[in-house]
Amino acid sequence: MSTAAIGHYTSTGQDTRKIAFWTFIGSECMLFGTLIATYLSYEGKSVVGPTPQEILNIPLTSVSTFVLLMSSLAMVLALAAVMRGDTRYSKVWLATTAVLGAVFLVFQAFEFTQFVDEGLKISTNLFGSTFFVLTGCHGLHVLVGVIWLATLLIMSARGKLGPEKAMNVEIAGLYWHFVDVVWIVIFTVVYLIQRGPAA
Amino acid sequence: MEATAATPDSLESSSRLWSWITTTDHKRIGILYGATAFVFLLIGGLEAMLIRWQLMKPDNDFVSAETFNELFTMHGTTMIFLALMPLSAAFFNFIIPLQIGARDVAFPRLNAFSYWVFLLGGLFLNASFLFGAAPDAGWFGYANLTSIQYSPGVNIDFWAMGLQILGIASLAAAFNFIATIINMRAPGMKLMRMPVFTWMAFITQFIIVTAFPVITVALVFLMFDRMFGANFYNPNAGGDLLLWQHLFWLFGHPEVYILILPTMGMVSEILPTFSRKPLFGYPVIVYSGILIGTIGWGVWSHHMFASGMGAAADTYFGAASMLIAIPTGVKIFNWIATMWGGKIRFTTPMLFSIAFIMLFTIGGISGVMHASPPTDLQQTDTYFVVAHLHYVLFGGAFMGIFGAIYYWWPKVFGRLLNERLGKLHFWLAFIGLNVTFFPMHLIGMLGMPRRVYTYSAELGVGGMNLAATIGALTLGFSTLVLVYNIWHTAAKGEKAGKNPWGAATLEWAMSSPPPVYNFSVIPEVTSRLPLWTVGGMNEIPDVPPEPIHVPGGSYWPVLAALGLVGFFTGALMHSLWVALAAAAVLVVSVFKWAFEPFEM
Amino acid sequence: MNLDRRSFRRANQLAVLASAALLLGLAGCQGPFPQSTFSATTELGEDLSGLFWMIFWWGVAVFAVVQVGLIYVMIRFRARPDQPDPAPIHGHTALEIAWTLAPAMIIVFIAVPTIQVIWKEAGTDTANALQVQVIGHQWWWEYRYPEYGIVTANDLHLPQGRPVELQLTSADVIHSFWLPRLAGKRDMILGRTNRLVFTPDSVGEFWGQCAEYCGTSHANMRFRAFVHTAADFDSWVAEQTSAPAAAETLNDLERRGLAAYREVRTPASNSCIACHAIQGISAGVLGPDLNHMGSRSTVAGGTLENTADNLAAWLRDPAAVKPGSLMPNTGLTESEIAGLVAYLHSLR
Ligand code: HEA
Ligand code: HEA
Ligand code: HEC
Ligand code: CUA
Ligand SMILES: [Cu+2]
Repeated sequence: MSTAAIGHYTSTGQDTRKIAFWTFIGSECMLFGTLIATYLSYEGKSVVGPTPQEILNIPLTSVSTFVLLMSSLAMVLALAAVMRGDTRYSKVWLATTAVLGAVFLVFQAFEFTQFVDEGLKISTNLFGSTFFVLTGCHGLHVLVGVIWLATLLIMSARGKLGPEKAMNVEIAGLYWHFVDVVWIVIFTVVYLIQRGPAA
Repeated sequence: MEATAATPDSLESSSRLWSWITTTDHKRIGILYGATAFVFLLIGGLEAMLIRWQLMKPDNDFVSAETFNELFTMHGTTMIFLALMPLSAAFFNFIIPLQIGARDVAFPRLNAFSYWVFLLGGLFLNASFLFGAAPDAGWFGYANLTSIQYSPGVNIDFWAMGLQILGIASLAAAFNFIATIINMRAPGMKLMRMPVFTWMAFITQFIIVTAFPVITVALVFLMFDRMFGANFYNPNAGGDLLLWQHLFWLFGHPEVYILILPTMGMVSEILPTFSRKPLFGYPVIVYSGILIGTIGWGVWSHHMFASGMGAAADTYFGAASMLIAIPTGVKIFNWIATMWGGKIRFTTPMLFSIAFIMLFTIGGISGVMHASPPTDLQQTDTYFVVAHLHYVLFGGAFMGIFGAIYYWWPKVFGRLLNERLGKLHFWLAFIGLNVTFFPMHLIGMLGMPRRVYTYSAELGVGGMNLAATIGALTLGFSTLVLVYNIWHTAAKGEKAGKNPWGAATLEWAMSSPPPVYNFSVIPEVTSRLPLWTVGGMNEIPDVPPEPIHVPGGSYWPVLAALGLVGFFTGALMHSLWVALAAAAVLVVSVFKWAFEPFEM
Repeated sequence: MNLDRRSFRRANQLAVLASAALLLGLAGCQGPFPQSTFSATTELGEDLSGLFWMIFWWGVAVFAVVQVGLIYVMIRFRARPDQPDPAPIHGHTALEIAWTLAPAMIIVFIAVPTIQVIWKEAGTDTANALQVQVIGHQWWWEYRYPEYGIVTANDLHLPQGRPVELQLTSADVIHSFWLPRLAGKRDMILGRTNRLVFTPDSVGEFWGQCAEYCGTSHANMRFRAFVHTAADFDSWVAEQTSAPAAAETLNDLERRGLAAYREVRTPASNSCIACHAIQGISAGVLGPDLNHMGSRSTVAGGTLENTADNLAAWLRDPAAVKPGSLMPNTGLTESEIAGLVAYLHSLR
């Protein structure tokens, strides 16, 4: 997307896309805020099991959380590489970020199938409904991010991602860090602080 | 998609269908928004006429219960999401870039996308009539009436998905306008020099950005309940039915300020122009708008006083709701003070704006009566609420919009709407409105609930209902006068110069209709009222600048919109294949769009 | 305290008359207004309408100020020919502060009594109250009196002078219990129980209606409430707790009705006994309890007066009387209908 400014004048000196993107992140905060609030208000209210205590595998998810955290680091390095025009490391770090994101998705897919096998589906109880919709919505965001990063990677491979396009990477980075931060909140709320009656 | 060289009159000359479909010009998109929303207004109004015909007398059987329930649901949904919001959007599109001295909005193709998603979403919702399955659970669709158990048909699917589609359109537009207003103001156009209309639109966009995600989530829950057996609104699984109400009104109350703030902005432009006096207390009007938008977030549960939330919650939500009377009152008094000592010309836009103040005050006062939780226990879900909501929405928002239509029409089309017909429209609407909605206060207090397709003669409200119906027919007729006026003006309307009303803001500094590039040279403003201040801005010559590039057209936004709506259609049909195919169209279009050369 | 309330009531009625008369006259309406919120007969109802009128008069004052201001400005400052442009006044701080504070004061005057009433109602003593469970169904009302073991439908009977506590809930979608002359509304929500506490003051018949949209026949979900003197209420209780007449005491027609009632139809879900309860005969719960159908004032949730013709029309085709009704057309013959009407009316 290009900006339709008069000449290149902007009122704030900031890139217009970046401003729009921060607005977008604001609305994403409300989206996840609503999902998390619903999760919290229904926590411990399921009338049948399985409960989070019975089913959540904290060690496993800690690993995937770590993977996602590392991907944010890779993202920072990718942006730095693009900005200094280092095509080789641009590719390396973009690829790393995307792959780490994909690994996270694989973990999530594994977790979901595991849960279904153990008898937790979206229709099983309130926990199932709130859990799958919340984490599924996050997973969808990661998926979009991975595709986005893959696109940047291809652009980079074709030599079309020079320093002048750094803003493209910066915005993708904003998105990626946001998705990461949201996961930290979800991980804390859903996995680490479990409330409500134990099994 | 080459950037095309601009021709000054391209707005009029290229009337080919294709150029409209692929247009990314904010002015044309504004016109498309306006025309589409106006048609939906006629449809929503027609539904209102049928509602009133049914309620004309007790025990009437003009339509069946099922049809009636569809009518009021679609009437409310249509008026709010398909008529009023997009009519405001029409003005945002056309006027904001002109008022802030920009050449277009920040993201012209995203803007086109918003429009097409809105159009297709509106068609999607109304297509339900073709299948005899129009939504029928009321415009706020309380769970669990909307659950698959109590609403097994596709009626609710149409509604839930239609609203999600429309939400996407509104969100996309809101990101666009916020970026535009923050970043694309002409040199010298400081925030506190922006016209109040742009200010109120700006605040509105923030409310949209924060409120729409909430209803989107609520609707996703509903869809998952209906399609995959999730339990969000299932009390038997431990779910709480108030969850829906909280989420809906958490969106729904800010939504009413989304509807009224733009109109408050319009009125704040019209009153000074025709009083020939600057707006009284500009900063206070701006700040009170911000305050309304902010407090508006903390009062949602005043729609739920009968749901038994407890005394503490009632106290808080009652008091918080009443607080909004203060910033609103400040606006009202400042508007009157604007007229005080002025040189008032009673043109049609001015009449509508003055009527806005009168009628909105009535609606605001009945709002404060609702805000007292104990007495609301008698008012809620009766015709008293129907009276309140129409006084603020029709007496308020729509009167303001009508004023704005007359006010900006010459700027948009270069011809003035006929004043005599305009005044006829005004008086019919003003009288019709009061005859329709004033008796409803009493009808409600005398015991008639809302959303009833029939009522017993013994309630004693038959006469007043007949009066309301007569008023409604008058209102319907008044709208037809506007339609005639538009048709008449197209052929015989008086040509408008640059600034037919002698207004003060930037959009009146260029020819009417504006050239496709808007401003031939970059405007530089030094005043809040550039056209009323000596040296308020630089001269804007009428010759096209050299060289100039304006965005070319693009059909990818249309295709992306089709893909998006197709996806929901697939979900509605429970057809994975349709959904996947449409999603593919969406993804491809977005990629094409992102990589399409689109230079300015 | 009683005196207080009486003069208060009188003031209220005057206010109502004054403002309503004009409108009513205009609209050409008269009538007893059985569902009017303006003629409360309980302390609760008076508290609610007291608040209403208090806010109403403040509203009138605000409205008057705004309109007078506008009209004055419109007349006084019309554009006159050759008038020079007015001075560009941008604001006036003191004035603006004044018209921020004035509404704020009014809001305080409105909010304080509001909050008082909220906490007063919340603190109502229910120790001695008659408990009635009210359950909303699409589209009828079920009442249970645990104290007396009574289950009935659609007609609500209450004693005069004793506080009642209605415990409101729903069996399906959300409904709202509204009995304007005795109390405001309360929603009836599956999974929750809401309370409504008031003391019926005057004997009489009062009308009520479901106020929350609850599907097709929401408009036909009505009911009547009867407030009796203590003695009359006791005899109503005695009547309701009496066993139905033994089959032997029924006449031929009624006996035919009983047979039709008992008959197992195809499909079985079309049998009366599948859905309705009559002591010693059936225990269905999907439809209203019919133990004392003969004593009911209406048929089908206040839709029709309980006359023989109306009851017959109902049994012939429920959906024709009440669109969407969950009682199916059971395909009764005319002779079965005649029998059933006689039988059901014999159940008093
Ligand atoms: C444009 C839309 C709009 C606007 C602006 C408002 C404005 C207000 N509304 Fe309204 N409202 C609706 C649209 C709107 N509303 C709709 C659509 C519904 C029904 C939804 C449904 O159920 O379908 C509704 C319902 C509704 C309810 C729920 C009723 C019920 O269902 O039981 C309540 C309760 O508190 C309420 C309150 C208010 C208040 C306090 C304001 C305030 O913002 C009003 C403030 C303005 C003034 C007060 C007038 C000007 C002020 C002065 C001149 C100063 C002096 C005044 C005083 C001191 C009083 N509204
Ligand atoms: C902006 C919002 C808006 C507007 C403008 C209107 C306008 C009107 N409304 Fe609406 N109304 C709502 C929003 C609005 N309404 C909402 C939110 C509800 C609640 C819904 C719910 O309960 O879920 C509601 C409910 C509602 C009810 C209560 C229904 C019920 O509870 O059972 C009634 C009843 O009289 C009514 C009447 C009218 C009338 C007579 C008009 C008139 O002003 C309309 C005037 C007519 C026109 C403007 C168009 C004229 C068109 C023609 C004459 C036909 C020509 C047609 C063609 C050429 C195709 N409305
Ligand atoms: C599938 C369930 C079902 C069956 C079978 C059924 N009913 Fe009903 N009946 C209902 C329901 C539900 C209502 C309440 C309808 C309403 O008011 O909307 C009702 C209402 C009634 C009423 C009115 C009660 C009142 O308080 O107003 C009568 C009388 C009645 N039924 C008699 C019968 C008879 C006689 C039969 C058999 C021939 C029968 N019903 C079969 C479900 C059933
Ligand atoms: Cu029950 Cu409406
Ligand atoms: Cu509200």
